[in-house]
Amino acid sequence: MNLTQGILSALEGVTANKLRSSLTMLGIVIGVAAVISLVSIGRGAQASVTAQIEQNGTNLIYVRPGSTQQGGVASASGSAGTLTQDDADALLSVAGVAAVAPELEGRGQVSYLGSNVNTRAIGVTPDYLTVRNMSLADGEFISEANVNARSSIVVLGSGVADDLFGGTAGAVGQKVRINSQPYTVVGVLASKGSTGLGSVDDQVLVPLSTAQARLIGGNRYRGASVLSSINVQAANSDEMDSVIEQLTLVLRERHDTIEGSDDFTVSNQQDLLATITEVTNTLTLFLGGIAAISLLVGGIGIMNIMLVSVTERTREIGIRKAIGARKRDILFQFLVESAVLSLVGGAIGNLVGWLISLAMGQVQFGSTSIKPTVDIDAVVLAVGFSLVVGLFFGIYPAMRAANLAPVEALRYE
Amino acid sequence: MIAIENITKTYRMGAVEVQALRGVSLKIERGEVVSIMGPSGSGKSTLMNVLGCLDQSTTGRYLLDGVAVDSMTDDQLAEVRNRKIGFVFQSFNLLRRLTARRNVELPMLYAGVENGRRRRAAEALEAVGLGDRMDHRPTELSGGQQQRVAIARALINNPAILLADEPTGNLDSRSGEEIMQLLLNLNHEHGITLVFVTHDPKIAQHTQRIIQVRDGLVEEGLA
Ligand SMILES: Nc1ncnc2c1ncn2[C@@H]1O[C@H](COP(=O)(O)OP(=O)(O)OP(=O)(O)O)[C@@H](O)[C@H]1O
Ligand SMILES: [Mg+2]
Repeated sequence: MNLTQGILSALEGVTANKLRSSLTMLGIVIGVAAVISLVSIGRGAQASVTAQIEQNGTNLIYVRPGSTQQGGVASASGSAGTLTQDDADALLSVAGVAAVAPELEGRGQVSYLGSNVNTRAIGVTPDYLTVRNMSLADGEFISEANVNARSSIVVLGSGVADDLFGGTAGAVGQKVRINSQPYTVVGVLASKGSTGLGSVDDQVLVPLSTAQARLIGGNRYRGASVLSSINVQAANSDEMDSVIEQLTLVLRERHDTIEGSDDFTVSNQQDLLATITEVTNTLTLFLGGIAAISLLVGGIGIMNIMLVSVTERTREIGIRKAIGARKRDILFQFLVESAVLSLVGGAIGNLVGWLISLAMGQVQFGSTSIKPTVDIDAVVLAVGFSLVVGLFFGIYPAMRAANLAPVEALRYE
Repeated sequence: MIAIENITKTYRMGAVEVQALRGVSLKIERGEVVSIMGPSGSGKSTLMNVLGCLDQSTTGRYLLDGVAVDSMTDDQLAEVRNRKIGFVFQSFNLLRRLTARRNVELPMLYAGVENGRRRRAAEALEAVGLGDRMDHRPTELSGGQQQRVAIARALINNPAILLADEPTGNLDSRSGEEIMQLLLNLNHEHGITLVFVTHDPKIAQHTQRIIQVRDGLVEEGLA
């Protein structure tokens, strides 16, 4: 029997019992759909987190108090207040540093005409806007003069403006209260969406000096007000490593520490990105693994059905052998049947998985939405795997069928 | 054409051995018509299955067209069944899912016939008088019609021998008579070697030679 004929007669076998064939395929459909959608969601999450982090600014180096843990992740930042304005000033003179933006972070209750928002309040300097790659939707940013004068002014994040003023327009010039102190809104930041790590839209910015003196305060260290972190922008992305090294040396000198016992942590976007990529890869792998198990279950379903089918069709096998079918003809017929089941199931599963991914792309998780990406490699993997599963679990029943003695198969009722 | 020598067949069921054939020797020449008779359980079907290469004997020699069948592999036996032997069963043994025509086409598929399968199947069905039933499935045909399809299928690869194990056993006497007439005509017109099992002495009388099977042994005798 040639290939076409073999496939045709396998199709006859598959379509002869439509309900059973569809139930068999369902296992594979669910397995493949699960692989496709879970992997694409994992990849989508990774892509959106990466994009958000990159949005924070380029060539960005974070200096935080506290020591380093493995993988460049800082332990509870701000736990030890060891960074001061003097450190920030010293860092500005390091070669290759374009700008330095120190910040002091705390919480603030922002109220306007009876509306309240509890949010993050950060004291910053004028450079913060460019270093963190932000832009204004309305008004202006905190100026050098504001910092010098400890002005009671505030720049609202777009989320806060939304909550209090129902939008970014109309906030500038209004008076709000932060922790009961009066502040004048001078600007509203443009929205950036979520970082997935706490939205930058949900914060308010005040002059650093104002934050230190009135709003947040904080400890003093060596006679100067502490900072919760210093953002450093390198002039050139090629020099990141050497700039980080320089910064570290300068801070060690100032803090009188040695490697291993530093009371600060210097990290950059790449470190963060690498860590997050590692985490999301693991997540994707984990999701894919769970999905693969369902694919395996689907494969066992195929084996089950094929075994039933071999038993049920013992007489058919006997008849075919009696009129001249060789072992390989029978083997081929049953293998093609399971391949057809798994391939068609795989194709439908792909479609379903893709639809699920599309649907997931429409769902909002808080202020975050994930754009699942269905990559060709996931598709190839899922379909290839389902075919392998189908053939693997089809082989045993097919061998059983092929090895039946004709006369015994014919006697079967 | 067929020469078997001292064929035995032993079935083993647990500790019990059943000797279905206990040393059978036979020669059947090309073009002969032979009927096999004997009481139930005497070993007729066992003998037919061995002759039809559906089963292999426990001991003994079987030469088909001068070729030793005993030493053949499974695939060689499949080819013999496909090309040299047509087998007609008491219970028709058609594939229920397929139409009459597809059933008749099957042996050609396994023989690797590339062209003209549909046409040849149609001709074979016309030859057995089923020209107007080609696209019916077995369940839509009467017993006699199903047996005609089975005969068309058995003949489609032009075998030299047609073996039939009680071909009329499941049919009423009239359609049984028609089927026997069809088989005998095949011998008259095409010289095909015909061996069949029957319980009906009247049918056996049509044949040149009657072989009696008793307790796994054969006794030749003219009716
Ligand atoms: N698969 C088997 N396993 C065990 N014993 C068997 C098997 N097939 C046949 N036999 C035994 O072999 C003997 C011959 O059986 P066989 O079917 O050849 O008889 P038969 O002459 O065709 O009978 P009938 O006229 O009823 O068809 C019987 O005793 C039967 O019980
Ligand atoms: Mg019998």
